[in-house]
Amino acid sequence: MDKIRNLAELRKLKSNMVDKLQLRENSDSSEAIIQIKVGMATSGIASGAKETMSHLIEELDRRKIKALVLQVGDMGYSHAEPTIEVTIPGKDPVVFGKVDTAKADEIIEKYIVNGELVEGILPANYRSI
Amino acid sequence: MHILVCGGTGCSASGSREVIAQLNKELEAHNLTDFARVVVTGCFGFCERGPIVKIIPDNTFYTKVKPEDAKEIVEEHIIKGRKVQRLLYVAPDTNKSVSDSKHMEFYKKQVRIALRNCGFIDPENIDESIARDGYAALGKCLFEMTPQQVIEEIKKSGLRGRGGGGFPTGLKWEIASKSRVGEKKYVVCNADEGDPGAFMDRSLLEGDPHSILEAMAICGYCIGSDHGLIYIRAEYPLAIHRLQVAIKQAEEVGLLGQDILGSGFNFTIELRYGAGAFVCGEETALIHSMEGHRGEPTFKPPFPAQSGYLKQPTNVNNVETFANIPVIINKGADWFASIGSEKSKGTKVFALAGKINNVGLIEVPMGITLREIIYEIGGGIKGGKKFKAVQTGGPSGGCLTEKHLDTPVDYDTLIAAGSMMGSGGMIVMDEDDCMVSIAKFYLGFTVEESCGKCTPCRVGNKRLLEILTKITEGKGTMQDLDDLRNLATVIKDTALCGLGQTSPNPVLSTMSNFWDEYVEHVTEKKCRAGQCKALKQYIIDPALCKGCTACARACPVSAISGTVKNPHVIDQSKCIKCGTCYEKCKFGAISIK
Repeated sequence: MDKIRNLAELRKLKSNMVDKLQLRENSDSSEAIIQIKVGMATSGIASGAKETMSHLIEELDRRKIKALVLQVGDMGYSHAEPTIEVTIPGKDPVVFGKVDTAKADEIIEKYIVNGELVEGILPANYRSI
Repeated sequence: MHILVCGGTGCSASGSREVIAQLNKELEAHNLTDFARVVVTGCFGFCERGPIVKIIPDNTFYTKVKPEDAKEIVEEHIIKGRKVQRLLYVAPDTNKSVSDSKHMEFYKKQVRIALRNCGFIDPENIDESIARDGYAALGKCLFEMTPQQVIEEIKKSGLRGRGGGGFPTGLKWEIASKSRVGEKKYVVCNADEGDPGAFMDRSLLEGDPHSILEAMAICGYCIGSDHGLIYIRAEYPLAIHRLQVAIKQAEEVGLLGQDILGSGFNFTIELRYGAGAFVCGEETALIHSMEGHRGEPTFKPPFPAQSGYLKQPTNVNNVETFANIPVIINKGADWFASIGSEKSKGTKVFALAGKINNVGLIEVPMGITLREIIYEIGGGIKGGKKFKAVQTGGPSGGCLTEKHLDTPVDYDTLIAAGSMMGSGGMIVMDEDDCMVSIAKFYLGFTVEESCGKCTPCRVGNKRLLEILTKITEGKGTMQDLDDLRNLATVIKDTALCGLGQTSPNPVLSTMSNFWDEYVEHVTEKKCRAGQCKALKQYIIDPALCKGCTACARACPVSAISGTVKNPHVIDQSKCIKCGTCYEKCKFGAISIK
C-alpha cells in the first residue's frame, strides 16, 4: 500500500474510496435520493434487465448522480420488459417500459437530469394498499 | 450488490464464518463475483438472532442464516430479486416478517454514533474506514487546529467518560496536557471490559478498530504524547486480531508512526494484554498491570495525569469514549451537544441481556426512557412474563424497577435512582428472578474479583456474601438485614478504589427497592420467585398419593417414609431439595411450595 504523505492525499483517497461504499451509503438514506427499481423476474431477465441494471449503476456512477438502484420482482408488464420504476424524491413514481441500455441513457439524461418526460411511460395500473 | 455478513464474536460463534465461505462459493459457482460481493463486517447488534446477513442496496435483513441457506440467498435473492421469506426477521408483536432493517423496531429508536461503522464497513480494510471519514478528524486536528482548540471542542461537546465514571473527557485531556509539559506522556485505551453481560467495547473494537486508533492519536496530539497503549483482555482474541491488523495497516500507509501526514507529529500504538481481572478496569490498577506489577489499585491522588504509566503523565479513556472523538471533530461540538439530555450529551451503547426478546447491542441517545429501551428496542420481556427489574452498571450498579421505567437514562438520573450508568451492561429480570439471589450473584462476583488490598472490600464483601447466603438458605434473621445494610454502608465509605466503594450497590439497591422480598425470606422463609432452593418445600398431597413407593425408592437421602398403598410423607429436616421425587411421581402428588 502506498504511503499517504499529506492531508490532501488523505482527502483524495477518501473521495476515491467513497464511491466504493456509495451503494451502502445510499441504502442508508434511501428516502432522500432517487430510487430506481428494475423488474428482475424471469421475463425481465430474459429481455435483458440484468444488462439494463448494470448499465444504470455504471452510468449513474459515472455522472456522479446519487441514486439507489434496486432489483425487484415482476411488475406485471411482461409486454414491455425490461421495466424500471423511477422515483425522484417528492414526485410520484414513473414506470418506463422496454428499457434497454440506450433507453436507460435517455431516461437518465432527460428525466433524471433535466426533469423532462420521455417516451415509453407505462400507465399506472395498480394501487398500492 | 453487497452482501454484509456479521463477523463479530456473537455471530462467529453461531457459525457466520461457514456462511461467508458458502456465500462466496455460491457466488463463484454462478459467476456473480463481479455483480455481488461478500463483506465481512462488525457487529450489527442483533446478536440474539445471529448470524446476520444484510443485503445491500435493499437493506434486507436475514437472521439465523445457516451455511446451507447460502444457495437459496444467491439463487433467489441475488439472481432473481426475490427475498427469502423464511429467513426474514419476524417481529414478535405483530408476528409478521419485516422486509428490511429500516422497518425493524430494534433500529428505529437507535442513534448510532460510536457504532456508526459497526455492521457497515469491513473492519480489516482501512480503505473502507477512510471512505467513512476515518483519520479525517486526525488530519483536521493536525493541520487546522491547535491542541488547545481540540480540547476546547471536546469540552464544548459535553462528552463524558463512557467507562462508568462520567468524568468530562475534555477536562481530563486538559489536565493531562498541562501536566509536566515536555515530558514523556502516554495515552491509554481501557479495553478491560469485565462487567458480567457487557460486550460494548469488544464489539466496537471488532467492528471499527480504526476509529479508536485515530482518537488515541488525536488525544496524543492534544496532551503531547507520542505513544499509546491499548490494555485489552486476552480473552478477546478477535478484537485483538482486528486491532493488530488495523495498527499494521495504519502504519503501512503512514497514518500511525513517524511524521504523520507530513505534520511532524509522531504517534505509535501497542497492545497490552490483561489476564481478565475485573479490578484492572480501574485505572490505577490497570496501569500497575501494564507495568508488570500486580493489578492492584492505589490511592488517588496522584492521578494518572500527574503520575501514571512508568510514573509519567498518562491519560486513560475507555474505548467508547474514544469512539466518539472523531465524530465530534468532524461534525462539531454543537452537533454532538444537540443530542442527548441536558447534562449528558450524545449517545450511550448498551449491551442488552437477560430476560428480553432482542438480546444485543444498542446505541441510544441519552435521555431515552428505560421503557423505550426495554419494550420498543428490546421487544419486551421473554415469554410474555412480567417485568421486575433492570440491572444497570454491572456489579457496581443497582436495580431499577417498574417505577423507574419512565426515568430518562443519563449519568445523573441513574445515580439519583440508586444505580449508575456504568459501562453499559443492562440486564433485564422478570418475575422468576429472586432479588436476594441477584444481589448474592453480584456479591459472589465481587468477592471472587476483589484484589484483596483493602480490608473493607476483601473482608467486608465476604461477610456480606455470607449474610446473603444465610438469608437465601432460610436461616436469616431481622438482625442480619440490619447488619447487611450497616456493613454495606461502611464498605461504601471506606474501600480504597472505585470498585470497592461501589461493590455493595447491588445489595443496597435491591434492599431499598425490594425490601419486602428480603423480609419474606427472613420471616416467612419464602422465596416468591422460587429461586432459593433451600426455601423450597416438596410436599406430598395425601389425597393424590397412591403409595407406589417410587419416590421413596428414588430419594437419595431416604427422607420419604410410608408403606405400600398408603400416602407417603417427606421429612423436611432430611430433604436436600434435589427434586428427584418430584420427577419420579407419576400421579402429580408432589408439589413445590
